[in-house]
Amino acid sequence: MNDVARLHVPAVPARPGERPDFSYVRLSPPGAVRRPPIDVAVQETASLAEELVRVLDDDGRAVGPWAPALDAAQLREGLRLMLTTRLFDERMQRTQRQGRISFYVRCYGEEAVSVAAAMALEPDDMLFPSYRNQGLHVVRGVPLVDLMCQLLSNTRDMCRGRQLPVMYHSAARRLFSISGNLATQFPQAVGWAMAAAIKGERQIAAAWVGEGSTAESDFHHALLFAKVYRAPVLLNVVNNQWAISTFQGFAGGEQRSFAARGPALGIAGLRVDGNDFLAVHAATAWAAERARRGFGSTLIEHVTYRAGAHSTSDDPSRYRPRDDYEFWPLGDPIERLRRHLVLLGEWSDARHEALSKEIEAQIAVDWKEAARHGSLNDGPKLDPALMFDDVFRDLPEHLRRQRDELTLELRARAAARPGAP
Amino acid sequence: MNMVQALNSAMDVMLARDPSVVLLGEDIGYFGGVFRVTDGLQKKYGAHRVIDTPIAEGGIVGAAIGMGVNGLRPVAEIQFADYIYPAYDQVVSELARLRYRSAADFTAPVTIRTPCGGGIRGGQTHSQSPEAVFAHISGIKVVMPSNPHDAKGLLIAAIEDDDPVIFFEPKRIYNGPFDGDPDKPSIGWTDHPLGEVPEGHYTLPIGRAAIARPGIAVTIVTYGTMVHVCIAAAEALGLDAEVLDVRTIVPLDIDTLAESVSRTGRCLVAHEATRFAGFGAELSASIQEACFWSLEAPIMRVAGWDTPYPHAFEWEYFPGKMRVMRALEALMAAA
Repeated sequence: MNDVARLHVPAVPARPGERPDFSYVRLSPPGAVRRPPIDVAVQETASLAEELVRVLDDDGRAVGPWAPALDAAQLREGLRLMLTTRLFDERMQRTQRQGRISFYVRCYGEEAVSVAAAMALEPDDMLFPSYRNQGLHVVRGVPLVDLMCQLLSNTRDMCRGRQLPVMYHSAARRLFSISGNLATQFPQAVGWAMAAAIKGERQIAAAWVGEGSTAESDFHHALLFAKVYRAPVLLNVVNNQWAISTFQGFAGGEQRSFAARGPALGIAGLRVDGNDFLAVHAATAWAAERARRGFGSTLIEHVTYRAGAHSTSDDPSRYRPRDDYEFWPLGDPIERLRRHLVLLGEWSDARHEALSKEIEAQIAVDWKEAARHGSLNDGPKLDPALMFDDVFRDLPEHLRRQRDELTLELRARAAARPGAP
Repeated sequence: MNMVQALNSAMDVMLARDPSVVLLGEDIGYFGGVFRVTDGLQKKYGAHRVIDTPIAEGGIVGAAIGMGVNGLRPVAEIQFADYIYPAYDQVVSELARLRYRSAADFTAPVTIRTPCGGGIRGGQTHSQSPEAVFAHISGIKVVMPSNPHDAKGLLIAAIEDDDPVIFFEPKRIYNGPFDGDPDKPSIGWTDHPLGEVPEGHYTLPIGRAAIARPGIAVTIVTYGTMVHVCIAAAEALGLDAEVLDVRTIVPLDIDTLAESVSRTGRCLVAHEATRFAGFGAELSASIQEACFWSLEAPIMRVAGWDTPYPHAFEWEYFPGKMRVMRALEALMAAA
């Protein structure tokens, strides 16, 4: 023992060149965690927030009380949507590397977190994504062309060129505008749910943040408001272990789950295997029913792994072992659901191969279509005058003047270009 | 040295000289910062002096204040100036006022470093220049260097300063000066005279502007990335403009600015931040008060438009060479 306190620095299990070590991830056996009734008292979820809800075992069987009643068609749909998310993601990552889009954020390895959750919710429930929830958009049926056009900041960009790539939204499909600032959507989702409760409507809200973002004060505000007003909202923490280079221990995850903050602040908590499509689906459905029927909010921690870089601006080989994902104890979400379907006799390698090809072909067609609407480098371009719209509902006089100034400036720039008449 | 190396060197010098200096921020330790500004410092000085933090800007600044009160000299990094707002209350209500409200019984010599400005395709959340919202607070110094030499000398001065300092780093010029033309190939700091940076300890006074380019026809008052854009604009016009680099926004070296404007009789104020209630308004008012009888034309401003920083229209938003040239032409044509 020390005589005096010394600054504790959270340990990081493995650095570049070291053997990946996931012994810190506390696992429960598949099927082992109890499933309480949806009106269970908050304090009785305390152990659920520390254990790990798992349905799929290592052989691909669905076991235990959380196994959802999904038929083979629904499972195949889940697989298709996860695969679409992954293949879209891979293609966009490559596209960024070729310089066609300025920036990209992948969700590689985290497909189940978004896809299973969105499938377990109602289509008119309101979603507040982070920037690593591509699957929500895919499940809600946002055309890939629309996502691509946003990435390209082109003439069909839903954000009219104003946002970084991946900061999508869709009012029609109830996907809130994504912010680059972290965790801001968490209290906003609670407020949306409070409004639903005020108006007596049955829709609920759901929001996602990474475990790193739980450090922001907005995370705590969200839980407090959700508890105080028993707001019908699902608060999801996607614990992918890394916030850029910062290991989850620095967000307070050392020897303590993130889900435990739910019961600690007065809402239910569930810790779930985020790479288990069935577990995510079951946990989301449970929490959604609890919220919808007025029993309050749930904080769900999805234990998963950020298999890729934080973004195309990041190089994770600087701070973690290169091959770590191969050692991740909860496997790959797509492979696990695929094995389950094969075991059920509802899927085969040949069908998987054919589906992958079909999706890839569609992505190629969609990309061609999206590129027709231009990019930052070539093709048709958004009118720069659009920059001044939507600052306010109506264009104020000073912005109208600035817009006119810009028009003259651009004319002068064009005239000054070499070769201009 | 480039600006990243110069800033790194400033912190290296201070960590070595003063055991009370600590660094804290997101991704700054093992990783060395997303812009590599703290690269190697944790390895050299240990995880108790170069501290990786949770993603909690309010927590970072609040904790830095507490450390400062307890005898340390913290240098906090906020990863992007766009992400400083969760810390705004700690900066405005606490850091800036602690000395005042406690009649100097409690003080916190905190330096907050934060990259600012556009030009890296960062969109609205990685491009802002929020210096004006800090200049408006009483009790915190505000610095923005425009080159590696000044960056190092001013950062050491900021760390040694007993008052809190917010230190903006224009990230577009981390690796080289930038004249506002994104189509030109990037150049490094190697051939720039102010890329010459001494290895050891030196300071530049906080509160002193610099003449970046001497001239007699007109005074351009600017800072950060825009220093280089304004020099390029003046040269493109063949105009003998004097370009003043404000360097420290608070306290403002009004004497140097007024001396120049009194000589030239004409003044253009330029910054990258939005125009309305931007720091240019303060510059314009202060210079006008000091130089009214010497002015031959109204003081003009060039700035970013009063919109968020749009991803697709980065170069239409950015106050580039043409916007500065047009303003200079109008200013020179005025009676």
